[in-house]
Amino acid sequence: MKNFLATRSGIVIVGLVIGILAPLLQYMGNPGNMGICVACFERDIAGAIGMHRAGVVQYLRPEIIGFVLGAMVAAFMSRDFRPRVGSAPIVRFVLGVFAMIGALVFLGCPWRALLRLAGGDLNAVFGIVGLVAGVWIGTFFFRKGYSLGRATKAPATVGLIMPAIMLGALVLLLLFPQISGQPSNGVLFYSLKGPGAMHAPVFIALGVGLLVGIIAQRSRFCTMGAFRDVILFGQTHLLSGVAALLVAAVVVNLLLGQFHAGFAGQPVAHTQGVWNFMGMVLAGLCFALAGGCPGRQLFLSGEGDGDAAVFVLGMIVGAAFAHNFGLASSPKGIGPHGMAAVIIGLIVCLIIGFTMRKKA
Amino acid sequence: MNTVDARGLSCPQPVLDTLSAIAEQLAGSIEILVDTQASRENVCRAAQSKGWAVASDTEENDEYRIVITKD
Repeated sequence: MKNFLATRSGIVIVGLVIGILAPLLQYMGNPGNMGICVACFERDIAGAIGMHRAGVVQYLRPEIIGFVLGAMVAAFMSRDFRPRVGSAPIVRFVLGVFAMIGALVFLGCPWRALLRLAGGDLNAVFGIVGLVAGVWIGTFFFRKGYSLGRATKAPATVGLIMPAIMLGALVLLLLFPQISGQPSNGVLFYSLKGPGAMHAPVFIALGVGLLVGIIAQRSRFCTMGAFRDVILFGQTHLLSGVAALLVAAVVVNLLLGQFHAGFAGQPVAHTQGVWNFMGMVLAGLCFALAGGCPGRQLFLSGEGDGDAAVFVLGMIVGAAFAHNFGLASSPKGIGPHGMAAVIIGLIVCLIIGFTMRKKA
Repeated sequence: MNTVDARGLSCPQPVLDTLSAIAEQLAGSIEILVDTQASRENVCRAAQSKGWAVASDTEENDEYRIVITKD
């Protein structure tokens, strides 16, 4: 059976749908230029379960749950659920940790970099250029024979662990919903102010997450692959999806009055251009070495990829480090140890890039 | 026939391996083994972009065997 969403028209439609829905989520309550941000939302989840205690970024984001469960549903319906694991999971975990740290120095994953630009935040230009630079470094390693090795087929349990974790998160969210004015309910923490306090209604967010999870799994939508495939193969297939997302989000933002061009005073953003760039160099390199943007890693983990699931867990743990160790930026600027963390992360990535090789 | 065994490899290696096999041989047939639908789509798309035709594309035991040809 032909997979329409994997055609050029299909990936463009997927980009358009995401580009329309993300600004609408902002309109319905999500933070500015953060209709969907995989890094920010996983960071909020880490806060909601108390892995870090940054009071302004605690919310168990239903979009992330929807991404994984939607991808799982799509994979089962299209006989594409393939439980597999064993391609250097510990390396992928570390790449996930540093991907998150880099993203939180910039303040956003590649999805949000596009949405920030679509909302007129010109600081995002530094982030996107950094992303491309990081991916370019990654393609250098792939040309030199970089490989994390083969995954092998595994029992269904392996592929179902991450969907089960997300289902568990959904149960917690429903058991302990937000109580107005309360910083916690049961085991979950909630933000009273800041981006963590801003969110679209739970079931709308979950529904959008499920829909995006389904169509992104089928289309293989990937914001890192978009740039990687151009650099590595001269292929613009995935890039056309990303371009569609950007165009749709600009149009919807203009229609909703959410477009404000400039550098200063942008929502959940800082103006330190060098570190907006460097943060995304690190994140882009991590995504490239791990073979997918943070959204794609969630969709892969929904279709049974245990290695992608480990990368996701790495990102969530990385978020905890980022806030506990003062690595994450804030609208005031980069964190006290953000620079050191980016430099350490880049060194670690270079070591991984040079040493992980195909076995003869 | 040259065989590229890309089973278990994650993106973008199946495509990279296919393209390097294409670079080594100007015409004829190449067999590529992959085990996810995404890799199968990516490999077919990459081969076709280089002017190769997908002669056969069969599934067995959750694995795909793709044969690409060029005259």
